[in-house]
Amino acid sequence: MSKNPRIIELEDVVVKFAGDSGDGMQLTGSQFSDTSAFVGNDLSTFPDYPSEIRAPQGTVAGVSGYQVHIGHKDVTTPGDLADVLVAMNPAALKTNMKWLKPGATVIIDIDNFDQKNYKKAEYIEDPLNDGSLEGYNIVKAPITSLTRSTVKEFGLDAKTADKTKNQFVAGILFWLFNRDLTIGENFIQKKFKKNADLVNANIAVLRGGYNYAETIEAMSTTFLVNPAKNKKGLFRNITGNIATAWGLLAASEKSGCGLFLGSYPITPATEVLQELAGRKHLGAITFQAEDEIAGICSAIGASFTGKLAVTSTSGPGLALKGEAIGLAVITELPIVIVNVQRGGPSTGLPTKTEQADLLQALYGRSGESPVIVVAATTPANCFSFAYEAAKLSLEHMTPVILLTDGYLANGSELWHIPEMKDMPEIHPPKVKDNHEGYMPYIRKPENLARMWAVPGQEGMRHRVGGLEKADKTGEVSHDPYNHQIMVGLRQEKVDRVANYIADQEILGEKDADLLVIGWGGTYGALYSAVKELQHEGRSISLAQFSYINPLPKNTEEVLKYAKSRVICELNLGQFAMYLRSKFPQYEYKQYNKVQGLPFMISELKAKFIDILENKGK
Amino acid sequence: MKENTDFAPVMIPQDYKLDSPVKWCAGCGAHAVLSSIRNAVPETGVKKENVVFVSGIGCSSRFPYYINTYGFHSLHGRAAPIATGIKLANPELSVWVVTGDGDSMAIGGNHFIHVIRRNINMSILIFNNRIYGLTKGQYSPTTPKGSVTKTSPEGSIEEPFNPGELVMGSQGAFFARVVDTEPKMMKEVFIQAALHKGTSVVEVLQNCVIFNNDVHENITGKDVRDEHQIYLKHGEPMIFGKEHEKGLIYRNNKLEVVTIGKDGISKEDILIHNARCTNSTIHYNLVKMDQPEYPVAMGIIRAVDKPVYEEMLYDQLDHAHEKSPIKCMDDLLKSGNTFLINESSS
Ligand SMILES: Cc1ncc(C[n+]2csc(CCOP(=O)(O)OP(=O)(O)O)c2C)c(N)n1
Ligand code: SF4
Ligand SMILES: [Mg+2]
Repeated sequence: MSKNPRIIELEDVVVKFAGDSGDGMQLTGSQFSDTSAFVGNDLSTFPDYPSEIRAPQGTVAGVSGYQVHIGHKDVTTPGDLADVLVAMNPAALKTNMKWLKPGATVIIDIDNFDQKNYKKAEYIEDPLNDGSLEGYNIVKAPITSLTRSTVKEFGLDAKTADKTKNQFVAGILFWLFNRDLTIGENFIQKKFKKNADLVNANIAVLRGGYNYAETIEAMSTTFLVNPAKNKKGLFRNITGNIATAWGLLAASEKSGCGLFLGSYPITPATEVLQELAGRKHLGAITFQAEDEIAGICSAIGASFTGKLAVTSTSGPGLALKGEAIGLAVITELPIVIVNVQRGGPSTGLPTKTEQADLLQALYGRSGESPVIVVAATTPANCFSFAYEAAKLSLEHMTPVILLTDGYLANGSELWHIPEMKDMPEIHPPKVKDNHEGYMPYIRKPENLARMWAVPGQEGMRHRVGGLEKADKTGEVSHDPYNHQIMVGLRQEKVDRVANYIADQEILGEKDADLLVIGWGGTYGALYSAVKELQHEGRSISLAQFSYINPLPKNTEEVLKYAKSRVICELNLGQFAMYLRSKFPQYEYKQYNKVQGLPFMISELKAKFIDILENKGK
Repeated sequence: MKENTDFAPVMIPQDYKLDSPVKWCAGCGAHAVLSSIRNAVPETGVKKENVVFVSGIGCSSRFPYYINTYGFHSLHGRAAPIATGIKLANPELSVWVVTGDGDSMAIGGNHFIHVIRRNINMSILIFNNRIYGLTKGQYSPTTPKGSVTKTSPEGSIEEPFNPGELVMGSQGAFFARVVDTEPKMMKEVFIQAALHKGTSVVEVLQNCVIFNNDVHENITGKDVRDEHQIYLKHGEPMIFGKEHEKGLIYRNNKLEVVTIGKDGISKEDILIHNARCTNSTIHYNLVKMDQPEYPVAMGIIRAVDKPVYEEMLYDQLDHAHEKSPIKCMDDLLKSGNTFLINESSS
């Protein structure tokens, strides 16, 4: 292969793939991220689906995207703006123009840029000739026609032939990023191993794309992103939903409590159910219930019977589960409720991200109904927090709500693969058969967890239920003083969890001019924004909360010394309201966004600089 | 159901008694049902630690507090899914659901049809008093049309459900009906319901002495019961009446009440009850029989074999475990695409 013209070494690059839902952009994107991981780049990805399965072809509503951020330096977000855009049709170009960096390379499938498709995309003028693309490096590649002519000899039907288009795109990118084509060929071999024709056709198209890129002159420069400088070891690329499912499996294996998931499909949480449904070989039982309520109730039944019980859902489903969560609170049975947040209220923005279920998680039930609430902060650490949620639930005999969101759930990043021997032990308070003097509501003195006996155990027959129960015996009790004691005990049990969780960390100085406060899935963007401002010499630090209820014991210490504070969240200020109720002595500014989109680093930086420079106001 | 067979059951009803007081109203039909269940459970051959009673909310759903087994008094309407989780978590358990007409067919209607459709091995006892007892007398999904209740002062304008029809419509494999005034019938049927593999539903016509007294009187009353009930038994002719003189035949695509010895009808013409017939046409017709045209069918109307959910589930679990090379978490973590970064793969 001939020498590439001019190679620019980059610290990081953002590539966005966009096309019709039918164009296989998710596949092209994930293949690109896999190759990036293979060559050792750090990475973060974010797919962007329309909520319609197949909106009319060629329309803006039908555009599906996949953004990949790769780096030699650490990568913590999928990136604000793209350096390279692949747009398979005019609608894809139209939707993504506003997310491009100046001078970005835009590869379009010129075969689809015709009057018919302009009309579908509601372009009034031909975007190729109206000057709107000025300043960008446009590569007009006849992707569809060249793909078709390449695969002609393999005798594929038209549909299968067109599906290989994404390999043409991949080929162009292999050339653009100076990657060894054999990596791509091996991927294809592995993927289609059962079908030699498909292997040959796909490889031919991959090479076709590569050769095309090499011969045209539009791309006078190519890029090189060297392996991640701060990563070493065995990694995999994992999405938040898969990491969540695996964290639960890991906790099940460690605790010896078999995994039971009762759930009902709902975007963007469905993959947790789907992934675990395919893990029967590890003993995972999944039950696709008739609705959200049956999902959690079956899990509560399984918990009563000694399982690590889980239900997974998104905001509307969490609302339906509220009554049953209360039942788990009063019966003091362990259960993990995974809530993958999406835009709300109601059906809202099913495929978009938001953090607006926080107060629902904390308070959305009848009566005094405290639960542990934790939030994962990156796609990969959904594993750790699912594990942690299960551990806390089992050891403290209480429901735990794990909050993730659409952005974490579908986004992915490189994950350093852990070993099970390094995962913390999990000790549920199970009792042996014929345990003398067993009563269901006798508690462990240190953490107030009740002792757990399960049906089938000899000499331990007992009854639980939703009516208030007498302290220790668990008999039904309507005694007013007993109720006060029990409400207090259930609250105290959750409060004491603070003794078992990690302290809150601060990235930066604790007496910084500005303390940025976030929680959950906004970590990547907040971290990058704060880091960059620190490099620019600003006095700014970050506290990203994962333990929401209870808060870490040192929370007051974390808040105390900062000269000003800003709470950033993808809602109208729910964590702000919570912190104000806990620590009213401090003043908090807010930065809130509710567009169904994650924070951009640039907007955060602008906001922080504004606060820092107008401190007095 | 894989029951523990090396255990010899020497349980007696007394083993299932609790010290705590039973708090149903004096004269409530539920008392008799409770004692029949206490009599039936020891005879199901199940180790007492393996018996679990699950209920929803309602007068009837207080049941688990009155029997010494594992018990779960749960949420209004949700007993079926809770019981589902229990059974799937440990198929060796003998799971009973006690529910009311409102609990199972109003707020819990969705769960009710789905548990039956799945055929999860459990016994569901519906205490059908045709009223909301616990909330003091509002009409329920089984309240007869026209009934005056607290929420239907001018008479209910709703068409009631017949629980058996719902069971049939949900592809149910076992349906029986009993009355709270017949302890022997209840005990016999409860035992069979427990032994049946799959979801078995027993409708108990229960009297609510406070809010719906005598609603079943036209079926259970001493002076009418022989004429207004037919106790069906598998393999026996469908005969009823004080003098055993009446019977059922199937003519012109419907059931018909006939008198033996009249109009040329002999005993041989009477239908033999086949509860195991997979075709549900006759069962459906039997379930629907009602006064005044027909006697109301009692006993086990349908009991057919069908694949059981949890058995299929555990077969899949075993098979998947055997087949997959991924046997533990560490295997899974290292499976598929992994990438060694800044290290040589030695
Ligand atoms: C979510 C919810 N809604 C309403 C109620 C009030 N409620 C309790 S029992 C009941 C009706 C019970 O009727 P049924 O199931 O027929 O039982 P019965 O008392 O007649 O045995 C109602 C409406 C409740 N406990 N929970
Ligand atoms: S209200 Fe009716 S159903 Fe409830 S306990 Fe009293 S008699 Fe029985
Ligand atoms: Mg009732």
